[in-house]
Amino acid sequence: MYIIVVGGGRLGYYLLKALLNEGHEVLVLEKDARICKTITDELGSVCFRGDGCEAATLAEVGTGRADMFVAVTGDDEDNLVACQVAKHKHNVPRTIARLRNPRNAVIFKKLGVDVTISTTDLILEAIEREVPTHPATQLLTIDEKGLVIVDVKITAESKTVGKAVKDLSLPKESKLALIIPVEGSAHVPVANTVLQAGDQIIAVTSPDSKEALQAALTGM
Amino acid sequence: MGCGRVGARLAALLDEEGHEVTVLDNDTYSFRRLPNSFGGTALFGNGTDEEALKRAGIEETDVFVALTQGDNRNVMSCQIAKHVFNVPRVVCRIYDPLREEMYSALGLETLSPTKIFAQLLQEKIEGEKAEGEE
Repeated sequence: MYIIVVGGGRLGYYLLKALLNEGHEVLVLEKDARICKTITDELGSVCFRGDGCEAATLAEVGTGRADMFVAVTGDDEDNLVACQVAKHKHNVPRTIARLRNPRNAVIFKKLGVDVTISTTDLILEAIEREVPTHPATQLLTIDEKGLVIVDVKITAESKTVGKAVKDLSLPKESKLALIIPVEGSAHVPVANTVLQAGDQIIAVTSPDSKEALQAALTGM
Repeated sequence: MGCGRVGARLAALLDEEGHEVTVLDNDTYSFRRLPNSFGGTALFGNGTDEEALKRAGIEETDVFVALTQGDNRNVMSCQIAKHVFNVPRVVCRIYDPLREEMYSALGLETLSPTKIFAQLLQEKIEGEKAEGEE
Protein backbone atom coordinates (compact mmCIF):
# COMPACT_ATOMS: atom_id res chain seq x y z
CA MET A 1 0.00 0.00 0.00
CA TYR A 2 1.10 3.55 -0.63
CA ILE A 3 0.47 5.58 2.53
CA ILE A 4 1.06 9.31 2.96
CA VAL A 5 1.58 10.69 6.46
CA VAL A 6 1.29 14.43 7.11
CA GLY A 7 3.38 15.65 10.04
CA GLY A 8 6.81 14.34 10.99
CA GLY A 9 6.51 14.95 14.73
CA ARG A 10 6.85 12.17 17.23
CA LEU A 11 3.61 10.52 16.20
CA GLY A 12 4.39 10.83 12.48
CA TYR A 13 7.90 9.49 13.00
CA TYR A 14 6.86 6.36 14.88
CA LEU A 15 3.96 5.77 12.52
CA LEU A 16 6.37 5.99 9.59
CA LYS A 17 8.69 3.44 11.18
CA ALA A 18 5.86 1.05 12.01
CA LEU A 19 4.38 1.23 8.52
CA LEU A 20 7.79 0.78 6.86
CA ASN A 21 8.34 -2.28 9.04
CA GLU A 22 5.10 -3.73 7.76
CA GLY A 23 6.47 -3.37 4.25
CA HIS A 24 4.36 -0.45 3.04
CA GLU A 25 5.48 2.35 0.78
CA VAL A 26 5.30 5.38 3.07
CA LEU A 27 6.04 9.06 2.62
CA VAL A 28 6.00 11.69 5.36
CA LEU A 29 5.20 15.31 4.50
CA GLU A 30 6.84 17.79 6.84
CA LYS A 31 7.15 21.58 6.65
CA ASP A 32 10.17 21.90 8.93
CA ALA A 33 13.48 21.42 7.08
CA ARG A 34 15.33 20.28 10.21
CA ILE A 35 12.84 17.55 11.07
CA CYS A 36 12.89 16.47 7.43
CA LYS A 37 16.66 16.13 7.48
CA THR A 38 16.67 14.11 10.71
CA ILE A 39 14.18 11.64 9.25
CA THR A 40 15.99 11.42 5.89
CA ASP A 41 19.38 10.91 7.59
CA GLU A 42 18.03 8.01 9.59
CA LEU A 43 15.53 6.33 7.30
CA GLY A 44 16.41 7.38 3.75
CA SER A 45 14.28 9.32 1.31
CA VAL A 46 10.94 8.79 2.97
CA CYS A 47 10.35 12.42 3.95
CA PHE A 48 9.30 15.21 1.62
CA ARG A 49 9.54 18.81 2.69
CA GLY A 50 6.29 20.61 2.04
CA ASP A 51 2.88 21.66 3.28
CA GLY A 52 0.50 18.70 3.41
CA CYS A 53 -2.46 21.04 3.03
CA GLU A 54 -1.36 22.29 -0.38
CA ALA A 55 -2.87 20.61 -3.40
CA ALA A 56 0.29 21.26 -5.46
CA THR A 57 2.52 19.53 -2.90
CA LEU A 58 0.14 16.60 -2.72
CA ALA A 59 0.15 16.34 -6.53
CA GLU A 60 3.95 16.31 -6.54
CA VAL A 61 4.13 13.31 -4.20
CA GLY A 62 1.58 11.32 -6.20
CA THR A 63 -1.32 11.52 -3.77
CA GLY A 64 -3.58 10.36 -6.58
CA ARG A 65 -2.25 6.82 -6.24
CA ALA A 66 -2.20 6.77 -2.43
CA ASP A 67 -4.32 4.11 -0.75
CA MET A 68 -4.37 5.86 2.59
CA PHE A 69 -3.76 9.38 3.82
CA VAL A 70 -3.03 10.01 7.50
CA ALA A 71 -2.79 13.52 8.99
CA VAL A 72 -1.14 13.57 12.41
CA THR A 73 0.04 17.15 12.93
CA GLY A 74 -0.69 18.81 16.27
CA ASP A 75 -3.32 21.12 14.79
CA ASP A 76 -6.82 19.82 14.22
CA GLU A 77 -7.60 22.37 11.52
CA ASP A 78 -4.47 21.45 9.55
CA ASN A 79 -5.36 17.77 9.74
CA LEU A 80 -8.89 18.51 8.56
CA VAL A 81 -7.78 20.56 5.55
CA ALA A 82 -5.04 18.09 4.57
CA CYS A 83 -7.57 15.23 4.59
CA GLN A 84 -10.11 17.27 2.64
CA VAL A 85 -7.57 18.20 -0.05
CA ALA A 86 -6.49 14.54 -0.30
CA LYS A 87 -10.08 13.41 -0.57
CA HIS A 88 -11.54 16.03 -2.89
CA LYS A 89 -8.56 16.88 -5.09
CA HIS A 90 -6.86 13.49 -5.24
CA ASN A 91 -9.65 11.01 -4.48
CA VAL A 92 -7.76 9.14 -1.77
CA PRO A 93 -10.10 6.34 -0.67
CA ARG A 94 -9.28 6.43 3.03
CA THR A 95 -8.35 9.50 5.09
CA ILE A 96 -7.49 9.43 8.77
CA ALA A 97 -7.09 12.50 11.00
CA ARG A 98 -5.61 12.82 14.43
CA LEU A 99 -7.66 14.99 16.81
CA ARG A 100 -6.59 16.91 19.84
CA ASN A 101 -10.04 18.20 20.67
CA PRO A 102 -12.30 15.12 21.01
CA ARG A 103 -15.34 17.28 20.28
CA ASN A 104 -14.18 17.70 16.68
CA ALA A 105 -14.84 14.02 15.86
CA VAL A 106 -18.44 14.61 14.79
CA ILE A 107 -17.60 17.65 12.66
CA PHE A 108 -14.70 15.92 10.90
CA LYS A 109 -16.89 12.94 10.01
CA LYS A 110 -19.53 15.29 8.69
CA LEU A 111 -16.92 17.07 6.57
CA GLY A 112 -15.73 13.89 4.90
CA VAL A 113 -12.82 12.58 6.98
CA ASP A 114 -13.19 8.78 7.04
CA VAL A 115 -11.61 8.02 10.41
CA THR A 116 -10.76 10.25 13.36
CA ILE A 117 -8.55 9.32 16.27
CA SER A 118 -8.62 11.47 19.36
CA THR A 119 -5.27 11.19 21.08
CA THR A 120 -6.70 13.01 24.09
CA ASP A 121 -9.43 10.38 24.53
CA LEU A 122 -6.98 7.51 24.08
CA ILE A 123 -4.63 8.82 26.73
CA LEU A 124 -7.50 9.57 29.10
CA GLU A 125 -8.86 6.05 28.73
CA ALA A 126 -5.45 4.50 29.24
CA ILE A 127 -4.88 6.47 32.44
CA GLU A 128 -8.40 5.81 33.74
CA ARG A 129 -7.81 2.10 33.25
CA GLU A 130 -4.92 2.37 35.71
CA VAL A 131 -7.08 3.88 38.45
CA PRO A 132 -7.95 0.82 40.58
CA THR A 133 -11.42 2.04 41.51
CA HIS A 134 -12.38 2.91 37.96
CA PRO A 135 -15.39 0.66 37.34
CA ALA A 136 -15.74 0.69 33.54
CA THR A 137 -13.17 1.13 30.84
CA GLN A 138 -13.86 1.52 27.17
CA LEU A 139 -11.62 -0.90 25.31
CA LEU A 140 -12.65 -0.38 21.72
CA THR A 141 -15.03 1.70 19.65
CA ILE A 142 -16.63 0.16 16.57
CA ASP A 143 -17.82 3.34 14.88
CA GLU A 144 -19.50 1.74 11.87
CA LYS A 145 -21.78 -0.34 14.12
CA GLY A 146 -22.25 2.30 16.80
CA LEU A 147 -20.91 -0.09 19.44
CA VAL A 148 -18.29 0.02 22.15
CA ILE A 149 -16.55 -2.80 23.97
CA VAL A 150 -16.16 -2.16 27.67
CA ASP A 151 -14.49 -3.80 30.60
CA VAL A 152 -16.46 -3.67 33.88
CA LYS A 153 -14.96 -4.80 37.17
CA ILE A 154 -17.11 -6.45 39.84
CA THR A 155 -15.80 -5.45 43.26
CA ALA A 156 -16.66 -6.77 46.75
CA GLU A 157 -18.93 -3.72 47.13
CA SER A 158 -20.93 -4.47 43.99
CA LYS A 159 -24.54 -5.28 44.85
CA THR A 160 -24.63 -7.90 42.11
CA VAL A 161 -22.16 -10.29 43.72
CA GLY A 162 -23.90 -13.68 43.99
CA LYS A 163 -26.55 -12.80 41.41
CA ALA A 164 -27.08 -14.76 38.21
CA VAL A 165 -26.72 -13.12 34.81
CA LYS A 166 -30.39 -13.76 34.00
CA ASP A 167 -31.45 -11.68 37.03
CA LEU A 168 -29.60 -8.58 35.91
CA SER A 169 -31.58 -5.95 34.04
CA LEU A 170 -29.13 -5.14 31.29
CA PRO A 171 -29.82 -2.37 28.77
CA LYS A 172 -31.33 -3.68 25.54
CA GLU A 173 -28.31 -3.16 23.27
CA SER A 174 -25.87 -4.78 25.69
CA LYS A 175 -24.37 -8.24 25.46
CA LEU A 176 -21.97 -9.83 27.91
CA ALA A 177 -19.14 -11.42 25.94
CA LEU A 178 -16.74 -12.80 28.48
CA ILE A 179 -16.11 -13.16 32.19
CA ILE A 180 -12.55 -13.25 33.46
CA PRO A 181 -12.58 -14.43 37.10
CA VAL A 182 -9.77 -13.80 39.61
CA GLU A 183 -8.91 -17.48 39.48
CA GLY A 184 -9.59 -19.98 36.75
CA SER A 185 -10.00 -19.38 33.07
CA ALA A 186 -12.11 -16.91 31.16
CA HIS A 187 -15.56 -18.17 30.19
CA VAL A 188 -18.56 -17.06 28.16
CA PRO A 189 -21.38 -16.13 30.55
CA VAL A 190 -24.70 -18.01 30.30
CA ALA A 191 -28.04 -17.25 31.99
CA ASN A 192 -27.13 -19.10 35.17
CA THR A 193 -23.57 -17.76 35.55
CA VAL A 194 -23.21 -16.18 38.99
CA LEU A 195 -21.18 -13.00 39.38
CA GLN A 196 -18.34 -13.00 41.87
CA ALA A 197 -16.23 -10.30 43.40
CA GLY A 198 -13.15 -9.71 41.28
CA ASP A 199 -14.82 -10.75 38.04
CA GLN A 200 -13.86 -8.77 35.02
CA ILE A 201 -16.65 -8.58 32.47
CA ILE A 202 -16.09 -7.78 28.82
CA ALA A 203 -19.30 -6.52 27.25
CA VAL A 204 -20.58 -4.95 24.05
CA THR A 205 -22.96 -2.00 24.25
CA SER A 206 -23.97 1.25 22.59
CA PRO A 207 -22.08 4.39 23.66
CA ASP A 208 -25.26 5.80 25.20
CA SER A 209 -25.95 2.73 27.33
CA LYS A 210 -22.44 2.46 28.73
CA GLU A 211 -23.35 3.92 32.08
CA ALA A 212 -26.63 2.02 32.35
CA LEU A 213 -24.76 -1.22 31.67
CA GLN A 214 -22.20 -0.42 34.30
CA ALA A 215 -24.97 0.32 36.80
CA ALA A 216 -26.77 -2.92 35.94
CA LEU A 217 -23.60 -4.97 36.31
CA THR A 218 -22.45 -3.50 39.61
CA GLY A 219 -25.79 -2.48 41.15
CA MET A 220 -24.28 0.90 41.92
CA MET B 1 -14.11 35.77 13.62
CA GLY B 2 -10.64 37.29 13.92
CA CYS B 3 -10.13 40.84 15.16
CA GLY B 4 -7.10 41.73 13.07
CA ARG B 5 -6.85 44.86 10.96
CA VAL B 6 -9.43 43.68 8.45
CA GLY B 7 -11.70 42.08 11.03
CA ALA B 8 -11.76 45.15 13.29
CA ARG B 9 -12.36 47.48 10.36
CA LEU B 10 -15.15 45.37 8.93
CA ALA B 11 -16.79 45.09 12.36
CA ALA B 12 -16.62 48.87 12.83
CA LEU B 13 -18.09 49.54 9.37
CA LEU B 14 -20.96 47.10 9.84
CA ASP B 15 -21.61 48.45 13.32
CA GLU B 16 -21.81 52.00 11.92
CA GLU B 17 -24.37 50.80 9.41
CA GLY B 18 -26.53 49.67 12.30
CA HIS B 19 -25.97 45.89 12.13
CA GLU B 20 -25.67 43.75 15.23
CA VAL B 21 -22.00 42.69 15.23
CA THR B 22 -20.05 40.22 17.40
CA VAL B 23 -16.27 39.89 17.01
CA LEU B 24 -14.59 36.71 18.18
CA ASP B 25 -10.85 36.48 18.81
CA ASN B 26 -8.66 34.18 20.89
CA ASP B 27 -6.52 37.12 22.02
CA THR B 28 -8.28 39.91 23.90
CA TYR B 29 -5.38 42.25 23.06
CA SER B 30 -6.69 42.28 19.46
CA PHE B 31 -9.79 44.13 20.60
CA ARG B 32 -7.69 47.31 20.97
CA ARG B 33 -8.14 47.69 17.21
CA LEU B 34 -11.87 48.31 17.60
CA PRO B 35 -12.76 52.03 17.70
CA ASN B 36 -14.16 53.52 20.91
CA SER B 37 -17.43 54.10 19.13
CA PHE B 38 -17.89 50.34 18.46
CA GLY B 39 -21.28 49.37 19.81
CA GLY B 40 -21.15 45.62 19.13
CA THR B 41 -19.84 42.73 21.22
CA ALA B 42 -16.19 41.69 21.50
CA LEU B 43 -15.92 38.11 22.68
CA PHE B 44 -12.91 36.05 23.71
CA GLY B 45 -12.91 32.59 22.18
CA ASN B 46 -11.65 30.17 19.55
CA GLY B 47 -13.72 30.20 16.37
CA THR B 48 -13.08 26.55 15.64
CA ASP B 49 -14.69 25.61 18.94
CA GLU B 50 -18.42 24.88 18.80
CA GLU B 51 -19.02 26.12 22.33
CA ALA B 52 -17.34 29.46 21.65
CA LEU B 53 -19.36 29.86 18.46
CA LYS B 54 -22.57 29.13 20.37
CA ARG B 55 -21.64 31.72 22.98
CA ALA B 56 -21.14 34.21 20.17
CA GLY B 57 -24.70 33.51 19.06
CA ILE B 58 -23.95 31.54 15.89
CA GLU B 59 -27.35 29.87 16.05
CA GLU B 60 -29.10 33.18 15.32
CA THR B 61 -26.54 34.79 13.05
CA ASP B 62 -27.26 35.77 9.43
CA VAL B 63 -23.68 36.15 8.24
CA PHE B 64 -20.44 34.57 9.44
CA VAL B 65 -17.05 35.84 8.23
CA ALA B 66 -13.70 34.17 9.05
CA LEU B 67 -10.70 36.50 8.93
CA THR B 68 -7.93 34.95 11.04
CA GLN B 69 -4.37 34.64 9.74
CA GLY B 70 -4.73 30.87 9.39
CA ASP B 71 -6.32 29.63 6.18
CA ASN B 72 -7.08 26.27 7.71
CA ARG B 73 -8.62 27.80 10.80
CA ASN B 74 -10.87 29.94 8.60
CA VAL B 75 -11.83 26.95 6.50
CA MET B 76 -12.65 24.83 9.52
CA SER B 77 -14.73 27.45 11.32
CA CYS B 78 -16.62 28.34 8.13
CA GLN B 79 -17.46 24.71 7.50
CA ILE B 80 -18.71 24.39 11.07
CA ALA B 81 -20.82 27.54 10.63
CA LYS B 82 -22.23 26.32 7.34
CA HIS B 83 -22.70 22.59 7.92
CA VAL B 84 -23.29 22.34 11.66
CA PHE B 85 -25.11 25.59 12.44
CA ASN B 86 -26.62 26.21 8.98
CA VAL B 87 -25.66 29.90 8.95
CA PRO B 88 -27.36 31.37 5.82
CA ARG B 89 -24.26 33.19 4.57
CA VAL B 90 -20.65 32.22 5.30
CA VAL B 91 -17.64 34.07 3.89
CA CYS B 92 -14.14 32.65 4.19
CA ARG B 93 -10.80 34.38 3.64
CA ILE B 94 -8.19 32.00 2.21
CA TYR B 95 -4.78 33.44 1.33
CA ASP B 96 -3.63 30.39 -0.65
CA PRO B 97 -5.25 30.69 -4.12
CA LEU B 98 -5.13 26.92 -4.74
CA ARG B 99 -6.89 26.13 -1.51
CA GLU B 100 -9.34 28.93 -2.20
CA GLU B 101 -10.28 27.38 -5.54
CA MET B 102 -10.84 24.00 -3.99
CA TYR B 103 -13.09 25.20 -1.18
CA SER B 104 -14.94 27.45 -3.57
CA ALA B 105 -15.62 24.34 -5.68
CA LEU B 106 -16.80 22.59 -2.52
CA GLY B 107 -19.43 25.26 -2.03
CA LEU B 108 -17.87 27.78 0.36
CA GLU B 109 -18.05 31.48 -0.43
CA THR B 110 -14.34 32.27 -0.50
CA LEU B 111 -12.10 35.29 -1.05
CA SER B 112 -8.36 35.11 -1.68
CA PRO B 113 -6.70 38.46 -0.86
CA THR B 114 -3.55 37.16 -2.57
CA LYS B 115 -5.34 36.61 -5.85
CA ILE B 116 -7.39 39.80 -5.70
CA PHE B 117 -4.48 42.02 -4.73
CA ALA B 118 -2.09 40.55 -7.29
CA GLN B 119 -4.73 41.07 -9.97
CA LEU B 120 -5.35 44.63 -8.80
CA LEU B 121 -1.63 45.42 -8.93
CA GLN B 122 -1.31 43.87 -12.36
CA GLU B 123 -4.20 45.95 -13.69
CA LYS B 124 -2.77 49.08 -12.13
CA ILE B 125 0.73 48.52 -13.55
CA GLU B 126 -0.43 47.49 -17.01
CA GLY B 127 -3.05 50.22 -17.04
CA GLU B 128 -0.45 52.89 -16.32
CA LYS B 129 1.88 51.42 -18.90
CA ALA B 130 -0.88 51.54 -21.51
CA GLU B 131 -1.61 55.14 -20.61
CA GLY B 132 2.09 56.02 -20.91
CA GLU B 133 2.30 54.44 -24.36
CA GLU B 134 -0.62 56.42 -25.69
